[in-house]
Parts: sequence; structure tokens; C-alpha cells
Amino acid sequence: MTGPAPTGTPFLQVRDLTVSFRTDDGVVHAVDKLSFSVERGRTLGIVGESGSGKSVTSLAIMGLHRRGRRVGIDGEIRLDGEDLVTAAAERVRGLRGRRMAMIFQDPLSSMHPQFTVGEQIVEAYRVHNRVSRATARRRATELLELVGIPEPARRLDDYPHQFSGGMRQRAMIAMAVSCNPELLIADEPTTALDVTVQAQILDLMRELQKEFNSAIIIITHDLGVVAEISDDILVMYAGQAMEHGPVEEVFAHAEHPYTWGLLQSITRLDRQLETTLRTIPGSPPSLINVPPGCPFHPRCTYRELAGPAASTVRPPLTETSPGHRVACHLPVEQRRRLLREEVTPTL
Amino acid sequence: MARFILGRLIGGIVILWLVSVLAFVLFFVIPKALGNNPAVLFAGRSPDPATIAGVTKKLGLDRSYVDQYWDFLRGVFVGRHFDSGSDRSWCPAPCLGYSFRNDQPVWSQIVDALPVTASLSFGAAALFLVIGVSTGVFSAVRRGGLFDRIAAAVSLAGVSLPVYFTGLLLLLLVSYKWHIIDNVHYVNFTHNPALWAWNLIPAWLVLSLLYTANYQRLTRASMIETLGEDYVRTARAKGLPERTVIGKHALRPALTPIVTIFGLDLGVLFGGAILTEHTFGFRGLGAISIDAVNTQDLPVTMGVTLFAAFFIILANVLVDVTYAIIDPRVRPS
Repeated sequence: MTGPAPTGTPFLQVRDLTVSFRTDDGVVHAVDKLSFSVERGRTLGIVGESGSGKSVTSLAIMGLHRRGRRVGIDGEIRLDGEDLVTAAAERVRGLRGRRMAMIFQDPLSSMHPQFTVGEQIVEAYRVHNRVSRATARRRATELLELVGIPEPARRLDDYPHQFSGGMRQRAMIAMAVSCNPELLIADEPTTALDVTVQAQILDLMRELQKEFNSAIIIITHDLGVVAEISDDILVMYAGQAMEHGPVEEVFAHAEHPYTWGLLQSITRLDRQLETTLRTIPGSPPSLINVPPGCPFHPRCTYRELAGPAASTVRPPLTETSPGHRVACHLPVEQRRRLLREEVTPTL
Repeated sequence: MARFILGRLIGGIVILWLVSVLAFVLFFVIPKALGNNPAVLFAGRSPDPATIAGVTKKLGLDRSYVDQYWDFLRGVFVGRHFDSGSDRSWCPAPCLGYSFRNDQPVWSQIVDALPVTASLSFGAAALFLVIGVSTGVFSAVRRGGLFDRIAAAVSLAGVSLPVYFTGLLLLLLVSYKWHIIDNVHYVNFTHNPALWAWNLIPAWLVLSLLYTANYQRLTRASMIETLGEDYVRTARAKGLPERTVIGKHALRPALTPIVTIFGLDLGVLFGGAILTEHTFGFRGLGAISIDAVNTQDLPVTMGVTLFAAFFIILANVLVDVTYAIIDPRVRPS
């Protein structure tokens, strides 16, 4: 929410990204014609339930899912103009960790238990920089200091299990930013952490973004995290974009029934707990048999209002106000009325 | 770390001591309790009463069990005399007993056989460890591929075929048909290292074929597990080359179970690869124990048992220490 206004071409541009996996049970359509972009210095929050394709999208951007016998990837992923989908694997490897880096959900399982924190950071730095071990070690100390780990020179020789959860995630971040990446993808970076530590980690990411002017994608199912750190929000469901736009706009004028559901299911401690938590009825669809038409229609409270098209035609992502795009069959006027009359009072 | 190693060593010594007590009970107490005089067994087939009395005196079998065990234990450290008045034999430390059949201390028989067993087991172990682990890694990386399927088939054949079949087949071809190595026999390493290795190659191959399969499968399973770990994904996300991701980040944790099994296998192999030795006519510890069992030469049987136990326990201690080196989480802080 603090990033600069959009300028020029976006650093990361994803266009019609489709990722599918061939399994014994059938083809899993993990990501389906997804388009978005992120500029330097700005943060995009991608939200959705588990299995909505958030993580697959990020792994595809990082080149950790590649076209192969079992994996199909179509569309474009342009990093600073260069298409990563068609680039050679070795080329993408050279970009990984250097121009784009990733932070994972569980820092304990994501760090190697048998190497010291220092060794792991040094390794990340030395793959992309021809420097001596001593130089890389100095760099690692600086990095640990940068992410706020006390006594960095001493902690360098500790193993991950000797760090606390928050410290581990800080070390993960230090490793990810070791080569000053221009794109940082954080996949649920705070889910495994205590609430107090969560805020610290988000603050740290914001500070680092100011320092490096990097583009950030934060993947989460926590709308609170998105509200706190993102400039833009992308709501995904069944591998497809449901709603996309600036955070303030989407939070204030959400137009997709699925986004409404997500907003309604936020726990509000300032409300009396007279009612049980609201949930979205039903469960996410199998990505092998994605419902035809709007993928959300079987769980949508308002599907009757959308007419028969809901279950036959896939709604296009259409701009309804500047920068705000929604994929829904309901007429715009009706969506706004429903939000005003039925949804807002429940929030 | 030093305290950790010391602790494990002390633990190992205690276990070894328990094994010696157990062996003593098995060979000296139980036979007598069942009405078999060990002296008769020690003295050879159908001995006369005078011989039996001599043997009883010489071995101290007329003394209490505690005294007998104490004599044995002392012998291990300082040597002992076997004395029946007329017949006196000196068994120097470490005295694991005295074979009256061969009229020499058990220890000297073990010392003679040890180089054969050591050559056989170390060579085969190196071979099956390297081949097993490397093919296992390849299989895991390209699982379901052609290499994986061929390796699985060869593995299955390897564990299923008995040594006396593969060994004889190999001897038939290499020695009798193609005359590549004529008259396979053990040559001392100090005598001629080249001939030593040349003559051992068929035995190494046969023995390692039996083990390679296990290591191949274990490595494969272990690697498949670690390749799916989050930290391997992190390694890739850092932009590390695939060979580093596999050879360092995935392989190192995958080696932990392999080290365990390797330690045990090596310990067991040191007790003598009976079938392999027999097939190739090598006089190693396996051959000695077979002979001892066949001739009821109890001191030798007991000595070899204790010696093998010593190696298995030593291997276990080494495994524990290696564990701590490989995995920092095992290390005491």
C-alpha cells in the first residue's frame, strides 16, 4: 500500500499461464490461463484456499516446475521482458536465486538440517558470485545483521535447529536476498510462525523492499497479511483468477462472491462472538474435474441470479473500475447492490 | 564430541563383556548342566579317562564357574598357562582359548585367517558401497526410467542368486573356460599386491553382488524421500546446479540409514564370509569357524564368535560416531 505508482513495463509479467500435471488419475489443471503483473517496488498478494494454484504459480515462475513428460506449461512468464517458459533450463537456473528468489512456508523444513546457516547462505551467494569463501562469509554476516539476527558472526555457525522459528525465517530471508533479487516470492512466509513474529517478518520484508526496490509476490490464505503488506491483490480459485485489483479497491468494493466469502470468514475479535464463524459452503473442486462454466458456481450463493451461463460459460476477467478486474457472470449493478445490501452488513 | 565417543566406547565394552559372559555360559556352563562334560568335547572323539582328567585339569574345568570365567577373562588381557602337570602350554595375550586339536592358541589361528577375511570384506564392501549407492542415486533421480527398471531386475537377481551358484559360475568361466585367472587362490598383500587383488576380484564380485542390491534399493528409497524434502526445493530455488542439489543436499541426509546398515554388514563380514570363502577356497575366519564346528573344536568356535562380536560392536560404535558427524542434530550440544 506504500509502493510507488505503476511506471513503464512491469518487471514480472505473467500472461495466460496454464500449468497442468499428468497423473494416474487424470490431468490436474493446477493453473488455468492466469494473467497478472508485478512492478519493481510493488507487492502483489495472491490469496485463495489450498489447492487454488497459488504455490504452483510461484513454483512455475521460479522454473521449479518445468515442461516435461508429466508437466505441461503454456503461456508466458516474462521476467524483465525475457520469457522463462521457453528459456533453457540452465538459463532459468542462473536467474534463480540471483534475479528472483523465494521464501518458503516452513523455515524448519526448508533449511537443510545438516548444514550450518552460514554454509547455506554462503552457498546461495557463491553460486552466482565469483568470490572467495571468506568474502561470502562476510557477506553472510552482513545479511544476518540486515535481517535483524543478533550476534550474526557467531550465529553463522549454528545449525537451523538451534534457531527459533522467527530467526529461521529471518535466516531464510537473508539467504533469499543474498544476491539482491529484483523479484521476491514469499509462499506463506508467516503461516508457520507466532502472531507476534508474523508482524516482525512482514515489517522486515517491507524494509527490504524499500532497500532493494524489489517486486514482491506474497502468497497467503490470510487476508490480514495481504491488507498489511500488498499493493495489489489477486484472488485465485481452482487455478483461475477471480478478482484482481488494488488492495484498497478490492477490500472496499469486492465484487466476486468468492472474495465476499473470504472476507466474511475473517475472524473479527472486535465483534461479539454471538454467531459461529462464517464459512464458504462446500469444498474446493477437484482440479481434475473442474466444474464447467464459472468454477465457483457449485458453491456460489447467487448462482441462480447469474442464469444458466454460470454452469456453461467461463466468465472472462473484465475490468469494472480502473485496475479492478472481476470474473463473474452477475451483472455489475447487481454485484454492487448485493455487496451493499447483503454482504457489507455481515462484515 | 570426545565425551560422546567415550560414552559409546564404554557402552561397546560393556556389551562385549556381556557377550563374553553369554558365550562362556553357552560353551562351559550349559553343556555341563545338561550332563555333557566339556572336557570330553575338548579332548576329541572317544578319549580315554586319563585324557579327560588331563584336559579337565588343564582347562581348570574342576574349578568353580566364576573362577573359570575369571581365568578366561584374565587370559584375554595377560595371557594364561594351560597346565595339567605333565603338559604345559602358554597362551599369550590376548588369549581367547587354546585349541587342543591344532595345538595352538585360538588367537594365532585368527591372526593367520584375518588378512584373508579383511581383504575379502574390505574389497567387497568398497565395491558394493560405491556401486550400490551410485546406482541407487541414478535410479532415484530417473525413477521409472529404463535404468531404474534394469537396476531393479539386476538387484532382484543379485539377492536371489546364492553365492555358491554365482561363485562357481564365475570360477567356471574365468578360471576354467577363459583362463583369465588360473587357479584362484589367496596371495598375501605384502607378497604381491597385484596378484593379491587379481586373485580376489572374482570373490569380491560375487560377494558384492549379494550386497549391492540391498544398497541400491536402500539408497533409491532413501533418495526418493529426500528428493521430495523442502530443503531440496530450497536448494533448487537458490539456483544450485542439479549435481549439487542431488550429490550434496539430497544425498547427504539419504546416507544416514546406509551408514547404519553398512556398519552392521561390515561387522558381520568380518566374522567371515563363510560361503564365499568356501567357494573360492580361501582360509579366512569363515573357513576356520566351519572347521571348528565340524570338528567340535569349541575353543575356536568361541574365540571366533567373540572376535566377530568385537567387530560388530566396534562397527556399531563407529556408526554412532559417523552419525554424529553426518547429522548435527544427533550431536550432543
